[in-house]
Amino acid sequence: MESEKIIELSGLTKKFKNLTAVNDLNLNVYRGDVFGFLGPNGAGKSTTIRMMLSLIKPTGGNIKLFGKPLNENRTEVLRKIGAIVEKPDFYLYLTAYKNLEILGKISGGDVSKKKIMEMLELVGLAKRYNSKVKTFSHGMKQRLGLAQALLHDPELIILDEPTTGLDPQGMKEVRDLVLYLSREKGKTVFLSSHILREVELIASRMIIINKGTTQVEGTVKELLDSQNIDASIDVDNADEAVRLIENSEWKECIKQRNGNQLVLKMNKENLGALNKYLVENNIEVSALVPTRSLEEYFLKITEGEGK
Amino acid sequence: MITMIIIELQKMFKKWRTYIGFIAIGFLTVIVQLSLYMEGDRYINMATRSLKDQFVMSGNLMNGYLIANLILNGLFVHIPFLIVLVGGDLLAGEATAGTYRMLVTRPVSRFRILTSKFLAGNIYVIAMICWLALLSLGVSLLVFGSGEMITFGGGITILGEGDILWRFAGAYMVAFVSLSTVFSLSFLFSSLVENAIGPIVASMAVIIIMIILSALDIDILRSIRPYLFTTHMGVWSRFFTDPVDYREVFKSVTVLLVHTAIFYGAALYIFKKKDILS
Repeated sequence: MESEKIIELSGLTKKFKNLTAVNDLNLNVYRGDVFGFLGPNGAGKSTTIRMMLSLIKPTGGNIKLFGKPLNENRTEVLRKIGAIVEKPDFYLYLTAYKNLEILGKISGGDVSKKKIMEMLELVGLAKRYNSKVKTFSHGMKQRLGLAQALLHDPELIILDEPTTGLDPQGMKEVRDLVLYLSREKGKTVFLSSHILREVELIASRMIIINKGTTQVEGTVKELLDSQNIDASIDVDNADEAVRLIENSEWKECIKQRNGNQLVLKMNKENLGALNKYLVENNIEVSALVPTRSLEEYFLKITEGEGK
Repeated sequence: MITMIIIELQKMFKKWRTYIGFIAIGFLTVIVQLSLYMEGDRYINMATRSLKDQFVMSGNLMNGYLIANLILNGLFVHIPFLIVLVGGDLLAGEATAGTYRMLVTRPVSRFRILTSKFLAGNIYVIAMICWLALLSLGVSLLVFGSGEMITFGGGITILGEGDILWRFAGAYMVAFVSLSTVFSLSFLFSSLVENAIGPIVASMAVIIIMIILSALDIDILRSIRPYLFTTHMGVWSRFFTDPVDYREVFKSVTVLLVHTAIFYGAALYIFKKKDILS
């Protein structure tokens, strides 16, 4: 039996005057998924999340959360969601504790001192519970953001770039926390990121969007552990290497040539054999770098954002 | 809803700008009281100079009631500017701080969010009026004592000592209605933008323009004047005429309430439709 759909977006579109931020986006997230929502900055990730949380209204398409249309069931649905949208902003003039108490009360969750302190403990801020948020670093606010998202024990946790501004140790702690919430607590996590590695480490399924449209979708295993890779090979004599490869079982694999560098699309298990074949035929191989095609693709669209 | 209102009040009273109004009123009231304490007799002599030929003035004319009335007269034009400091910040301040996102993604309707803020704002206005009453009337009665009250608006009226307190109660109540209208205007502007300065300045500008329009004695403006809320903001002073013209009070209060309802309704419509992009 198919698992319950927690998030169902169909034909979701958002236009701001002449700009189409999200264009006909479709995706499904199932109960228990850690779903990676990947894309470069400006791809439409935050706009999608804002629509899912009813902060902005879609221009077209449908949003169903927990099997119910968001429009007609907003309050009921939001009760089951904890979220961080972009950077976590708080009432700077209030303490961390008071912020959580206020947000927890509005959400209708347990706002006992024990519960709030438990959450602050979980994100490593228990000792600063009485400090005003204006004294917090960005990383600390990010942690407090996690605490407020988890305070009312939601079934679905939506995290928009939750590791932004954290140091490597902090990033690892967030990853561990997400895995803990998914594996031990059975939470569904929707994780937006522009870092492929981050999604790869914790997500079970993922989608890549760019310019508001879906580029790739599937399980992380399918997409990233694929046996077919791009191998970049630096040789001393590219003409001879090409001739040799064209006379071998890998003749269909040559994808591209840049000077003395060849790029072959092939099964990663054959890399060793190719290397041996070239060396035995007096070709000096100075570098052999396997690159996963999705990684390369993602790098390309991410690099594109700066151009 | 009550929880939401309490939360809004907690947030409001943790901000220092909320106290600007209280500090300003406190400061100005004390200044007026001190001045009248030192030079009150001269003021009374000047004000009653024309009457001295026909009447014999006796008793404690410079009493707490008169001073409270003078303070109300002097400050009422300026209190709206203190009110908009808070009203203009209530919604736009959340947008500036980025806390709109936190608030609007909670499982409460936008109607409840906006209405709780609106009601909390009105409680602030009530608190401000209570503070004004406490300082201007309470402290003045303690310092200057009580007595008959002499008022000078539209001729001289002398009100008996036992006939005054209820008038102040009425005056403060309708003063709340007019300040609530001012608050609602700044609240509406606050729903439109994402920076608190804009609504504060815009509300002040609208009030100044409308006060000028209400005051200009030009034929073409006479027809619109009854519909401007600023025309009715001085309705509180009608409680110090004898007899009180309740018809006029009712008319003014109605105009003010209609304005408040329109401003609140417009703010609600805008807020419900608003895309939260901050």
